[in-house]
Amino acid sequence: MSQPLLQVSDLTVHHGQLRALNQVSLTIGAGEVQAMIGANGAGKSTLLRTISGLKAATSGTITFDGADVARLRAERRVAAGIVMVPEGRRLFPSLTVEENLQVGASYARKGPWSIERVYELFGWMPGRRRQLAAQLSGGEQQAVAIGRALVANPRLLLLDELSLGLAPVVVARIYDTLPELLASGVTVLLVEQDVSQALRVASRVHCLLEGRITLQGEPSRLSPADIEAAYFGLSSARREPAPNPGSGE
Amino acid sequence: MIWVNDIIQGVLLGGLYALFACGLSLLFGVMKVINLAHGDLAIVAGYLAVGVIALTHIPAVWSFIIVVPLFAALGYLVQRTLIQASLNRGVLTTLLVTFGLSVVIENALQQFFSANSRSIGIGSLVSDSFSIGSQITIAYLDLVIFVVAVIVLLGLQYLLSSSRQGRLIRAVADDREAAQLSGADYRHVFGIAAGIAFATVALAGIAYGMYTSFDPSSGTTALLLLFAFEAVVIGGLGSLWGTLVGGILLGVVQQLGAQINSNDQVLAGQLLFLLILLVLPQGITSIRRTA
Repeated sequence: MSQPLLQVSDLTVHHGQLRALNQVSLTIGAGEVQAMIGANGAGKSTLLRTISGLKAATSGTITFDGADVARLRAERRVAAGIVMVPEGRRLFPSLTVEENLQVGASYARKGPWSIERVYELFGWMPGRRRQLAAQLSGGEQQAVAIGRALVANPRLLLLDELSLGLAPVVVARIYDTLPELLASGVTVLLVEQDVSQALRVASRVHCLLEGRITLQGEPSRLSPADIEAAYFGLSSARREPAPNPGSGE
Repeated sequence: MIWVNDIIQGVLLGGLYALFACGLSLLFGVMKVINLAHGDLAIVAGYLAVGVIALTHIPAVWSFIIVVPLFAALGYLVQRTLIQASLNRGVLTTLLVTFGLSVVIENALQQFFSANSRSIGIGSLVSDSFSIGSQITIAYLDLVIFVVAVIVLLGLQYLLSSSRQGRLIRAVADDREAAQLSGADYRHVFGIAAGIAFATVALAGIAYGMYTSFDPSSGTTALLLLFAFEAVVIGGLGSLWGTLVGGILLGVVQQLGAQINSNDQVLAGQLLFLLILLVLPQGITSIRRTA
């Protein structure tokens, strides 16, 4: 790995007076899957929204493939290869499934993904291409949202809370598509409240608490107790046996 | 038979109303902007046509070839500067800014063109007509305006539903942040939508200038804006077909009102508007949606 694909350094972001992110730094190499975990309001979504360009940073740098993208607007970052699947899926409800994908492909970079390839990835989709996005179930909408991001041919795919509001079996089915995405050369940074899911797929996890990274490392080297402490902000002296954070969500 | 004639005249008049209203409907549907300067912009287009005809000596009916593209460009420009700046400050600001624009336009027209009324002279075309039976007389101009209105609405519908640009406009109208995440600059898409809206209002203004005479304050005093609003609301917000139906209904009811008493033309239209608000506040097209 000559240079990292994404390097975030000392990123600080405010929501009005509130400091949502405080000096956050992380590095992602091409082809990796990294995960952000943390409680509600820890700043995970803010981090993804800042990397994607929807939210402006107060200070810090965001370097993508060697170039500073912190001043670029969101649509320019898509052209550079940073594409986000937003929290809550955010499909265009009055457009059909196919039209949603076509919008995603409007400003696509060259690459392996196309609407046909997305249809191969999600076999049920072609049969319902003419249906309005608003009429799909949550899991189906999530799949279309992923497809809409893929057809833009991202180099870095930001996945915000894929599991939100979905049944575990549906979540598992969506995460099952991850290997195929990675095989196509996509790098993934995901935010997940479902900690066990994040630990299962990520090569490196970061735990955010009140806007700071309190823990980072490879999942195999982190003990549940460490994660729990970082997740809830318990100091090691006060730590007590508590339920597994993975099932506690 | 006299009623049949009234209904036909009303349908034709409704075409003009729909032509006026579709730009208003588009701007509201895409960016939730209520453009209070809509009627005045139509009058500006009328003056522009008068100027273009005087300068270039092209036949009056062809003046739209120059005026409509100019207005489309103006629409893009006004959106990217004035309207976008006010949108960033909130919905109420756009209302105030377009109201201010309306006042500025009326006074500027007064300053440059005086308060004298003008019209776009198209010679004998304005009064030429053909008759069906003894009671029904149809003016060519009314028929042409109606046909233009239907073509414009059909064209807009096709553009929005089937073209790449139309798809982007609908996507931005649904969720502009999500559209940004697909690489679309929503400000540019808004600008294009405004360009289209301004092009239609230019057509409406030229049609109106051929239909009757206008002066700088016609945009508000001739109730153009009011009728356009009523057509949009009667039809159902954001539906182009609804706008056509709304315009036609308004035209027909006004004609029938005028038949009862010539003073009642506008009143009859307003009563229809109130009735629709009372029983079908979502507009005529909501019937189909719920059925």
